[in-house]
Amino acid sequence: MKPLLSIAAFTVVIALFPLVTDSGVHLNFVMMALYAGLMGMAWNVLAGFGGQFSFGHALFFGFGAYIHIIAQLSWGINPWFAIFLAIAVSALVGAVVGALSFRYGLKGSYFALVTLAFAEVARILALSVDITGGGVGLMLPLKPSVANMQFESRVGYYYMMLVMVVVALLLTQWLKGARFGAYLQAIRDNEDAARAAGVDPFQVKLRAISLSGAMMGATGAFYVQVFQYIDPAIAFGPQASVEALVAAIVGGLGTVWGPLLGAVVLHTLSDVTRNLFGALPGINMIIYGSVLVLIVMFLPRGIAGLGVSVRDLFGKKRS
Amino acid sequence: MSRPLLEIENVSKTFGGLKAVSSVSLSVEAGSLCALIGPNGAGKTTLFALMTGFIKPDQGSVRFDGTDITGQAPHLNARLGMARTFQIVQPFAAQTVRENIAVGVHLHERDRRVALEKAGQIAQQVGLADQIEKPASDLTVAGRKRLELARALGTQPKLLLLDEVLAGLNPQEISDMIPVIKAICASGITVFLIEHVMQAVMSLADHVWVLSQGQLIASGSPEVVTQDDAVVEAYLGKGTAARLRAKGSAA
Repeated sequence: MKPLLSIAAFTVVIALFPLVTDSGVHLNFVMMALYAGLMGMAWNVLAGFGGQFSFGHALFFGFGAYIHIIAQLSWGINPWFAIFLAIAVSALVGAVVGALSFRYGLKGSYFALVTLAFAEVARILALSVDITGGGVGLMLPLKPSVANMQFESRVGYYYMMLVMVVVALLLTQWLKGARFGAYLQAIRDNEDAARAAGVDPFQVKLRAISLSGAMMGATGAFYVQVFQYIDPAIAFGPQASVEALVAAIVGGLGTVWGPLLGAVVLHTLSDVTRNLFGALPGINMIIYGSVLVLIVMFLPRGIAGLGVSVRDLFGKKRS
Repeated sequence: MSRPLLEIENVSKTFGGLKAVSSVSLSVEAGSLCALIGPNGAGKTTLFALMTGFIKPDQGSVRFDGTDITGQAPHLNARLGMARTFQIVQPFAAQTVRENIAVGVHLHERDRRVALEKAGQIAQQVGLADQIEKPASDLTVAGRKRLELARALGTQPKLLLLDEVLAGLNPQEISDMIPVIKAICASGITVFLIEHVMQAVMSLADHVWVLSQGQLIASGSPEVVTQDDAVVEAYLGKGTAARLRAKGSAA
């Protein structure tokens, strides 16, 4: 099994990295790239494999984050259990959104708009109810101990993120070789043909959005644990949605490694531009944006599809 | 063994002011190879869509293998054993030929590896074996038609509905395809096809229905139907049958 070998190799390399460096900056960089990659992988399940483009994945991120912190603060649940509760609720939210939108055959831009609306509604709700702390947000008290999922050093969170990413990689790899994944891709490529072949599009899409929601919810819970604070704008604002889709699109839709690659490249890019042009505020964002445009223009299959894109380019020139 | 596999009764469908199909009844016997012909816009594809559940009929009923499936969703009909191809080919363009066929095979086979392997056998059956690892988007029209057929076969159907699988093929490709369809029928699958290529209809079908402006105007063996006045006029215009006959007797 070659794909499993590459996942194993990746795991070993990333796991050994903290042993060769104790620079907090480097560890933080890798951890945050993995974190963005996990968001991209979550989005990739629904959009890359299923062709359903969501603009509101922050909805699942926010639910994961809030359930995880509220479970600890208000219900006294240990974070190691709370994170599973957060994942389960995010999956459920995915199923509800999916049931409502796929039931009525929403596709393409309509589906994208509806997901955006759901995330906005959640943000406004989070601002106005008590249990979320409203606009003030919720703070997770500092109680460092492994039992509280609060680690003395960055390395703890680093390994926690690595475990989550490896699980997501294995899930995506499974998707590539399973009937469910084949059905999902069939729906993406041609829904009518899939139906004629006996595929129930509603059920398959529903399962995909639940899985995607669960993965996104896990990143939300991780966020809360690392930054120990959440408010409605962070939870349900557009940033998480955009981060998820940009990583997946830049990296390569419908691939196992694409979202992770995309996240690494984007994080490197944003760090480099910030360091080089930090003196001129805003210029780093302009360069970041321009490179994004170039990647989308010239690499329609993303970084993971670089080989295929280049072959297409030269193939066309020859003919 | 003249058991009806598919029976439709008084099925009608109106789009706006247009009666696309009006009270059509027909029954397809198990094991037969039948054809539905008719001029462009007669409602043939709509009738197929009504049978397979892609469109719900306004009136009438559809029975398949003894169960009422009127208006039932296409994927449920596929599970009962009804497979169709599309007139305008609908490949999963980003996937290889093998992966395309495997989607059909997966209906009765959960395991991915087995499904991909079986897809290879089906490709052989329809003559796609040498293109199996190509992306579906690289296939020629003839190849895509074969792919449609293969994907439908993958679902192990009892009834195969073929919507113009020969349209757009050259004479050589058509005569390559006819034995493939015959072999499918010989293997025990009932075949019902919509076809414009009369050469194929004449050599393939046991029974033919003729649809014109949403109504059945004739049915019978291909020889009988092509001699029918109403059919000749539906294709060539009113009064043609009489003119042709007059010409024939004068000569």
